[in-house]
Amino acid sequence: MNTEQLIFYFFAALLLTSALMVVAMQNLVRSIFLFFVALFSLAALYVFALADFIAITQVVIYVGGVLVLMLFAFMLSNKELLNSLHPIKTSFKFYQLTGIFICLAFLFILVSLNLQIDFSGLNWIKSSTNIKEIDNTTHNIGILSMTRYLLPFEVLSVFLMMALIGAAHLARKDKKT
Amino acid sequence: MIPLSHFLIISACLFCIGLYAVLTKKNAIQILIGIEFMINAAVLNFVAFGKFDKVNGGGQLFALFAIVLAAAGVAVALAIILNVYKHFKTIDPSKINKLKD
Repeated sequence: MNTEQLIFYFFAALLLTSALMVVAMQNLVRSIFLFFVALFSLAALYVFALADFIAITQVVIYVGGVLVLMLFAFMLSNKELLNSLHPIKTSFKFYQLTGIFICLAFLFILVSLNLQIDFSGLNWIKSSTNIKEIDNTTHNIGILSMTRYLLPFEVLSVFLMMALIGAAHLARKDKKT
Repeated sequence: MIPLSHFLIISACLFCIGLYAVLTKKNAIQILIGIEFMINAAVLNFVAFGKFDKVNGGGQLFALFAIVLAAAGVAVALAIILNVYKHFKTIDPSKINKLKD
């Protein structure tokens, strides 16, 4: 096991444990901050898939934007949420058991399907040109988003503006009431 | 070089964790976090397969698009959660059972 694999599995373990703790935690503030750890380690995994620009985008958008938004929503709706800061001693409910069962069944399907496929033998993977470590992927993304993927790029920008206006409209204070 | 199937197994685990949060949590913000985990698992798959697509760059480009879509979705969802909180004084989805007044 070389250093690359060691770091990869370290970040993978960090991601999965922090994600599990986010889900298991009763305290909402702690789970939001652990979500931050999970997103950072996910960005590290993107680097190992040779997508450095995606990793930077993940850090900027999720850690800089989404997390701050979630903290804002938490602060603004705190009266109910602060009650959940004192965790209510609840016994293990039946619906949680059902949820765990459904998730494990789904995980079993995904993993067993994954183990059945021999990825290196697939035709399109054999005939593909792989990204090398020395390639400049950012340069490639810049050119492709202005040529081949111009339509999705423009649709996305219009959609983003719609979402921005919609969110501002929903969150604004109503003057009539 | 990390094999492709390891990426896929990690993203399957992440997806199932998100699914568990969506199924069992009693707080809308935690459900939103679960949805984010599911989207991130999909993005990890995009990126892992994008390693084999240098010429078209489809995996990485659409990973980028999915991240931006998720961010826009979170902004709208949080605005809706705040409105629901103002109206019902709770954000437990199982207690919100009326549509219009």
